[in-house]
Amino acid sequence: MGGEFTHAGAASSELKTILTGLGISADLVRRAAIATFEAEMNVIIHAAAGVINYSVTPDKIQIVVSDMGPGIPDIELAMTEGYSTAPDWVREMGWGAGMGLPNIKKNSDELRVESVVGEGTTIEIIISKKEGDACEGE
Amino acid sequence: MTLGRIAEILDAEFLVNAGDPNTEIESVCSSDLMSDLLHFSARPKSLLITGLINNQVVRTAEIADINAVVFVLNKRPDRETVSLAEEKGIWLLVTRLSRYTACGRLYGEGLRSCTEEDGCD
Amino acid sequence: MKVNEMAAKLSLRVNTTKGDLGREVTGCYISDLLSDVMANAKEGEVWITLQTHPNIVAVAALKNLSGIIITNNRIPEEETLKKAEAEGMPIMLSASPTFETGGSLYRLLRC
Repeated sequence: MGGEFTHAGAASSELKTILTGLGISADLVRRAAIATFEAEMNVIIHAAAGVINYSVTPDKIQIVVSDMGPGIPDIELAMTEGYSTAPDWVREMGWGAGMGLPNIKKNSDELRVESVVGEGTTIEIIISKKEGDACEGE
Repeated sequence: MTLGRIAEILDAEFLVNAGDPNTEIESVCSSDLMSDLLHFSARPKSLLITGLINNQVVRTAEIADINAVVFVLNKRPDRETVSLAEEKGIWLLVTRLSRYTACGRLYGEGLRSCTEEDGCD
Repeated sequence: MKVNEMAAKLSLRVNTTKGDLGREVTGCYISDLLSDVMANAKEGEVWITLQTHPNIVAVAALKNLSGIIITNNRIPEEETLKKAEAEGMPIMLSASPTFETGGSLYRLLRC
């Protein structure tokens, strides 16, 4: 799904629908959708292609987004609010303000970012579920 | 304030009807940057005023639980964006006013946005 | 109303030292999209935005705007401030969101 803005956000939208259908609370669905959406946009803006995998278990929602993009040379720097490597034309589409990774972090309980420059990046987002949510293990 | 009343104040036209225009709107945000909207804490019954007309706005509105979007300066989204909004049940309106005047009028009527960090007045 | 008076009344923090704060604010344009500002902003208007990158200074200078207000407690990049000082473009910071900042200014300029 890299490089293509027409369907940008479709994957996250689908995830939101699926999670809602599983009976997960609105607040958790929203956090998962936002984190995934920002990760999806990062792939679209920076990478040639990427994949989103997710799983829902009794205690958590796990979303893994991996791409074959340029990689992130300095992850800590990339996590800084306002830091962006997005090209100018992307800013004119409403993205590229450097809030992606910070927004992902804000909405997840655990976040792991692994990246190799020249090969790609994998982001693992974990959102803990409160007790009592209905779910189906995957 | 109802969406219908807001449309009157902004001299706005409805592009997509997503239900009863007597829907209450409780907060307004104004931004052309999508990540900013995702950062903005969801309040139910919210409205977005923007000059960005691509389909990203509708996608972001859906993910951020924003109910209605008003486009300014008579900027009209394309057919695909309108269809997406219809599919997702998000109101779309357009006004000839600028973002400044639109915000000014609604602020004057007592509407406010509200971000998690700032807290409400 | 002059830039410095506006800044005082809206409790904005002036982040630059050079720049004509005695200049008259003729109106306001709110947008986060540079192409939009290039097309629609008018000379003398103050520009309200969330953008913090250096290109905003070039655009404001080209359009001869009276200043830039960055909202939501965002901090402009160092390069942005450097360019602003070089151009003499006042940059002011607002702790409020764009909607409130623009709304207050609207009220201020109309009365």
